[in-house]
Amino acid sequence: MALTGLFLSLFLVIHLLGNFQLLLPEEQAKEQYNLYSNLLSNNPIIKLIAYVLYATILLHTIDAINLTIKAKKANGLSYVKDNRNRASKWYARQMMLLGTVVFAFLVIHFKDFWYPYKFGELPMDDNGNKDLYTLVMISFQELWYVILYAVAILGLGFHLLHGFFSAFRSLGVYHPKYNRIIKSVGVAFAVSMSIGYLIIPFYIYFNF
Amino acid sequence: MKIHLKIWRQKNQHTKGEMQDYTLTEVDEEMSFLEMLDMLNLELAKKGECPVEFDHDCREGICGQCGVMINGIAHGPLKNTTTCQLHMRSFKDGDTIYIEPFKVKSFPVIRDLKVDRSGLDEIIAAGGYVSVNTGQAPEANSILVSHEEAESAFDAAACIGCGACVATCKNASAALFTGAKIAQFARLPQGKKESAERTLSMVERMEELSFGHCTNTEACQVECPQDISVLTIAEMIYEYNKAKLKK
Ligand code: HEM
Ligand code: FES
Repeated sequence: MALTGLFLSLFLVIHLLGNFQLLLPEEQAKEQYNLYSNLLSNNPIIKLIAYVLYATILLHTIDAINLTIKAKKANGLSYVKDNRNRASKWYARQMMLLGTVVFAFLVIHFKDFWYPYKFGELPMDDNGNKDLYTLVMISFQELWYVILYAVAILGLGFHLLHGFFSAFRSLGVYHPKYNRIIKSVGVAFAVSMSIGYLIIPFYIYFNF
Repeated sequence: MKIHLKIWRQKNQHTKGEMQDYTLTEVDEEMSFLEMLDMLNLELAKKGECPVEFDHDCREGICGQCGVMINGIAHGPLKNTTTCQLHMRSFKDGDTIYIEPFKVKSFPVIRDLKVDRSGLDEIIAAGGYVSVNTGQAPEANSILVSHEEAESAFDAAACIGCGACVATCKNASAALFTGAKIAQFARLPQGKKESAERTLSMVERMEELSFGHCTNTEACQVECPQDISVLTIAEMIYEYNKAKLKK
């Protein structure tokens, strides 16, 4: 769980940096982004990493389902009065729910961008690269689509708010000093990923 | 003060339990929570009814016997306090108090509020023994332990095994208990020889029993009467990984 989660988190950073190219001036962005996408999808090393990434998402999800089943089995009858919630944060208890939101989002995200790019017919840009840029721009003209992204990204943000420090604990980092540092870095990471990913759909919606 | 009680009554492991209502009119706020239950039981006995079974022993917060859910919180509203150290001044006149046993798969109800926590003992037993030289009383300074090490080992050893961590955890995990028991030895030079074997068998025993898996919600430390640090869980994982690598 911890290793898959951290690998996915690392991917988030790279994916965000790559997509920030969408925010460049239109002409430049179109050329550069389509070229970048083309390079990524034809590079054998990136291809290999992509397969590892798909496997990681699956492993993380299977692990998540296992944990949830185990917890269900370990809990007895429900309490008539239950105030156990006061002792922990809601997003720490709802990791499965938040993860499911992220998963549902991933399905939509793959269907709308990954599938058409890999297997669908896309028009070419002036340089002969598939024009993913225009597809992205058009998709984010719809307000409901932008809101869908915002909800999913907030879900991811809360998932990371608990997940980041939790992963290091699960790996056995127990020194109090490192734990203080990791907790702060985790909050910064969750917040910056959320803001970073939120900027893109909103920027496109309001500027194009 | 007047106190309404809703208490879980269950004959044994195999019957279904249910909440029953009682009212006490002359509760004193100086009473401990268990004394209030004693008062109820005395009244029930006078009426020829069956008293409410609950676990208790020391009544001074050190044995870990008295764990119950009070208003849906292990050991009641005060943080880091056992049920026996909770007093009726924490409640108001006319309050309704829900009292239930710890409801966890691995702690079957024996009767009413009494549960069988022997799963925790099994984890301890799996740890086995430590080798020590017997015979003469050992020379006090032959094994040097710094004050800080001794204190930190004692912080972990303060666990009284009440099971509140398991009851509070949304996963019903025994990670804090096992973590404390492993950390208390890992922080001392004695028993180092068996360290790897002890850690492996305790963690594996914990996983075989029907406890859930820790996901670091940190609720356990909040309700732990001894405020055992959640970092002992990470320490257990560290010790476990180290032992696994050595094997
Ligand atoms: C980009 C996507 C994702 C990232 C970056 C991510 C990240 C993480 C991290 C870092 C952890 C902490 C691991 C640990 O405590 O050992 C975690 C835990 C978890 N994740 Fe994810 N995750 C993602 C997607 C998902 C999905 C799709 C699901 C479910 C369908 C999911 C469900 C869970 C669950 C149930 C936990 C365990 C709860 C816990 O340890 O507190 N995650 N995730
Ligand atoms: S009766 Fe011993 S700790 Fe409460």
